[in-house]
Amino acid sequence: MQDLSFITTWLDNSLRSFMPGWLTVTVECLLIGVGLLLVYALLALFYIYYERKLCAAFQCRLGPNRVGPWGLLQSFADMFKMLIKEIIHLNHIDRFLFGLAPYLVIIASMLAFAVLPWGNGLQIINFNIGIFFLIAVSSIGVLGILLAGWSSNNKFTLIGSLRSGAQMVSYELSIGLSVITMVCLAGTMSVEGIVAEQQDLWFIFKGHIPALIAFVIYMIAGTAETNRGPFDLPEAESELTAGYHTEYSGMHFGFFYLAEYLNLFIVSGVAALLFFGGWMPLHIPGWDAFNHIMDYIPSVIWFLGKAFVLSFVIIWFKWTFPRLRIDQLLSLEWKYLLPINLVNLVLMVLIITLNWHF
Amino acid sequence: MANITEKISKLFPQAVIEGDTTPVVTIANAQWHEMAVALRDDADIKMDYLVTIVGMDWTENLGCIYYLMSTVHNKIIGVKVLAEGDRNQPHIASVADVWAVAVTYEREVYDFFGIVFTGNPDMRRLFLNIDWVGYPLRKDYDQDPSLNPISTESERQSDFTDVYTVDADGKLDKQQKRIFEKEDFVVNIGPQHPATHGVLRFRTAVDGETIKKIDVYCGYIHRGIEKLCENLAYPQTLHFMDRMDYFSAHNYHHALCMLIEKAAGIEISRRAQVIRVMMDELSRIASHCLFIGTYCMDLGATTMLFYTLRVREQILDIMEKTCGARMTFNYDCIGGVMQDLAPDFVDDVKALLAVIPKNLKEYNEIFTGNVIAKNRLVGVGHLTREDAIAYGVTGPSGRASGWACDMRKLQPYSIYPELDFEEVVATEGDSMARFKCRLREIEESAKILAQLVDNIPDGEYCVKVPKLLKLPVGSWFQLTEGCRGAFGLYLESDGSAKPYRLKIAPPCLPQACVVDHITRGQKIADLITIGGSLDYIVPDIDR
Amino acid sequence: MEVTTKSMPYEAWKDNEYIESLVKELQESGTNVIVGSLDKLINWGRSNSIWPLTFATSCCGIEFVSLGAARFDMARFGWEVARSSPRQADFMMVAGTIVNRMVPVFRRLYDQLAEPKYVIACGSCAISGGPFRNSYHVAKGIEDIVPVDVFVPGCPPRPEAMIYGIMQLSRKIKVERFFGGVNRQEKLKEFLAAHPVDGVED
Repeated sequence: MQDLSFITTWLDNSLRSFMPGWLTVTVECLLIGVGLLLVYALLALFYIYYERKLCAAFQCRLGPNRVGPWGLLQSFADMFKMLIKEIIHLNHIDRFLFGLAPYLVIIASMLAFAVLPWGNGLQIINFNIGIFFLIAVSSIGVLGILLAGWSSNNKFTLIGSLRSGAQMVSYELSIGLSVITMVCLAGTMSVEGIVAEQQDLWFIFKGHIPALIAFVIYMIAGTAETNRGPFDLPEAESELTAGYHTEYSGMHFGFFYLAEYLNLFIVSGVAALLFFGGWMPLHIPGWDAFNHIMDYIPSVIWFLGKAFVLSFVIIWFKWTFPRLRIDQLLSLEWKYLLPINLVNLVLMVLIITLNWHF
Repeated sequence: MANITEKISKLFPQAVIEGDTTPVVTIANAQWHEMAVALRDDADIKMDYLVTIVGMDWTENLGCIYYLMSTVHNKIIGVKVLAEGDRNQPHIASVADVWAVAVTYEREVYDFFGIVFTGNPDMRRLFLNIDWVGYPLRKDYDQDPSLNPISTESERQSDFTDVYTVDADGKLDKQQKRIFEKEDFVVNIGPQHPATHGVLRFRTAVDGETIKKIDVYCGYIHRGIEKLCENLAYPQTLHFMDRMDYFSAHNYHHALCMLIEKAAGIEISRRAQVIRVMMDELSRIASHCLFIGTYCMDLGATTMLFYTLRVREQILDIMEKTCGARMTFNYDCIGGVMQDLAPDFVDDVKALLAVIPKNLKEYNEIFTGNVIAKNRLVGVGHLTREDAIAYGVTGPSGRASGWACDMRKLQPYSIYPELDFEEVVATEGDSMARFKCRLREIEESAKILAQLVDNIPDGEYCVKVPKLLKLPVGSWFQLTEGCRGAFGLYLESDGSAKPYRLKIAPPCLPQACVVDHITRGQKIADLITIGGSLDYIVPDIDR
Repeated sequence: MEVTTKSMPYEAWKDNEYIESLVKELQESGTNVIVGSLDKLINWGRSNSIWPLTFATSCCGIEFVSLGAARFDMARFGWEVARSSPRQADFMMVAGTIVNRMVPVFRRLYDQLAEPKYVIACGSCAISGGPFRNSYHVAKGIEDIVPVDVFVPGCPPRPEAMIYGIMQLSRKIKVERFFGGVNRQEKLKEFLAAHPVDGVED
């Protein structure tokens, strides 16, 4: 497997050769920031296109195909438009919080990018509680949504954000517990450590039954975390017009729109990390030739590929299922997912202590 | 019929009864309320379904004709009540406590004719703004636009409703009553809202996510069709029928043509009748298909819409080949139909019949069997049979509550008596039952089409009708089945070429006013479920 | 200058004179190259991403649904992102009759749209009141209430006609001016000054 960390080491060394240490760090931070923003924007635009094409395929349509080849530039056109669209200033709102909310949402999803294992050696920071950090920052997003709903001074947004609050707080539990289940199997919270543990076999195979249960629960809770159908109650179009972001226009709305797709990517990226080995290629113990061939595929492609396939599943949910009602949504979490998750955690611990995993 | 009229004249010797097939009883206002209770409760009469209230302006006096139907004896009678008081403040006793739907119907009459119903708990205007000048359906209404100018200023709105009572010396006494409690959290849903199926407006008092009360506001697409008809010749009135419930365009056209033909004594050929019935059933399939699609879309399953529209497009193609339009067909005319069938009509219909079972199976697999859909629909918005009758909820929505109210069976018209089809009735009365009823009605309509497609008789498609059609003096009432329920038409002619009064009793108005009753205590999301399952069309409510 | 789109040859358009007059007006006022090409980029984005507001009052609305469905598929042009909140939509397809009681609501919806905003009057009811023109409760066309960019006749117009109408709008956006000159917004201000809403300062 090609280790891509040589790029970063080379960059670091060459910068240090003619700069003092503090400046090097500043420059590196800036470079990473710019790179992150670029990746962020490109990924979001790709995801918008991806979903629109997929949705069209599910609905026997063609989807965007006029702007650019195969409609590839459609989301770029959308972005240009959104950038210069008027941002409406409303009366009788809490201006500061109203302006702050979209940034909170976008910062939450951007911070989560920091610990995703993009490729072998391509990770922004690697520290021992990486996965913990990820869960912590991704829940900042709910704050942004709550603020957006509350500060808009609109009844629809208020109901939307309250729904969102209830939903996110509940489903965070499920996400956390299924992540802990996998952390037990990995024995570490460091993202690099988790990926390294899956060197010979991905966790979904290694942990067999409990890992599979954790995966299913994670996917359900992850869909709910990203406010996507069938859990899109906070922005249920047919009930609350546009939910918590009803009053937002222009790029403020654009931030919510982008963050939604980025969260989709993060949820599927984390699922790829925990269950499908992050950037680790598919390795089957004993099949050395096969493993060797797999190693030739670059690690970045492995990671992105896994994330896209998992996102496909989440998009598939959205365009197939009807929406749940708020009480059903909460009872699904508290009455079913949470107990199953707790039992599953015990099962995982038992399997690890008895050494029954592969 | 005879025993009902005998019984009425025994109970109320003062009442004057005219006509035999649809007798009209005339009664004084003082006795009207007493009579209404007797009509509903007497075992031999049992007029428990109030079809419509026709407000009338006979220039010298104002009044109402109540059309009642018995769900037990399957008979229709009319009751004519003249308003008391002068033109400035005519009043009639309210029957809102006898038939629940009368609250809304009386508001409609008040809106159009200014007749006050004493005792009605909610005597506001229904369609027009509260500061509208004049009563538009009165014959002496001043249509000067400067009286009621188009204003971009937000409409005035009152939190109070009026209740009128008659005091001892016959004078009207007005009291104001709050619509919502003072501390209620009122959310305004509509008129611009994606799930209200048009421009209906619900003011919803909520407690968290639970609905406490809904106040329905209509009139955001009130186009005054009834008044327009009074200034048009009979053939000209037809095209409005396309634009009320645009999914039942053929059915409504059929109804009005039939009524005018009945009044003028025109016999139409069997070929025309078969074509009309086939078109009716095709539109029923198309309408229910769109219902399934939009309903699933409201619930969040957007993809279903695209699958159901596939069948609808196929039907529209068939219609387009014959009628030349995709939506507003204007196909049925007095004396038959406009054009002959397109040459490949029969093949197209057969092709359609071949794909329908496949598609229905697919819909059931994707949506009906889905566990989320079941959770959202089963037991939500329960409507009992009694309430369905009291609120006059007809069509598939009423039949899902166990009320066999298919006018094709109850008041057979055209060639329906010869056809073999089942009336789809369910007993659960919840949203799921309403949804399934429509699915099964598609099958029944397909069955009717299958019976007819090979048996379209030869003959002329349209008989000769005088260019300037004049109807004899008289009045006619008729009930037919649209895609959404019983469609009533009342026509009064003064012998000229224009109708003196054409009252349209749409099936969707009662469905909109039952929303408050069945959503109380449910969640906001259920409002969408229930509203969608009732399947009202707003231009049909407002006319 | 030929203003055309990928989907249709220039000769196939019906009212090229109108677009050409707009182009002429644009060229006469004179712009430098940088501003001109920035304008082009912006107009490319705007004209290719026009999101409708889900707004329908009657029959035409159903044809608009058909337009979104698989057969006519407006998603091909990128118009399928129908927003329910007027703040996020670009144009309003006025599909159906506007009656007196709806006028304030309709006008408010228009005011709530974020700039740049466009209006398509779809169907004879929106254009003139259509078959209901003589009624006591129908607005005789929406032109007196909001400025209209494109008229699509028909009762209801076929989905193909609607596609043509929205493509015309897209063409019109292409020759717009964002920087300098008398732009759309100022014309809009004139209209708003001529059609005031009580209690609202534009």
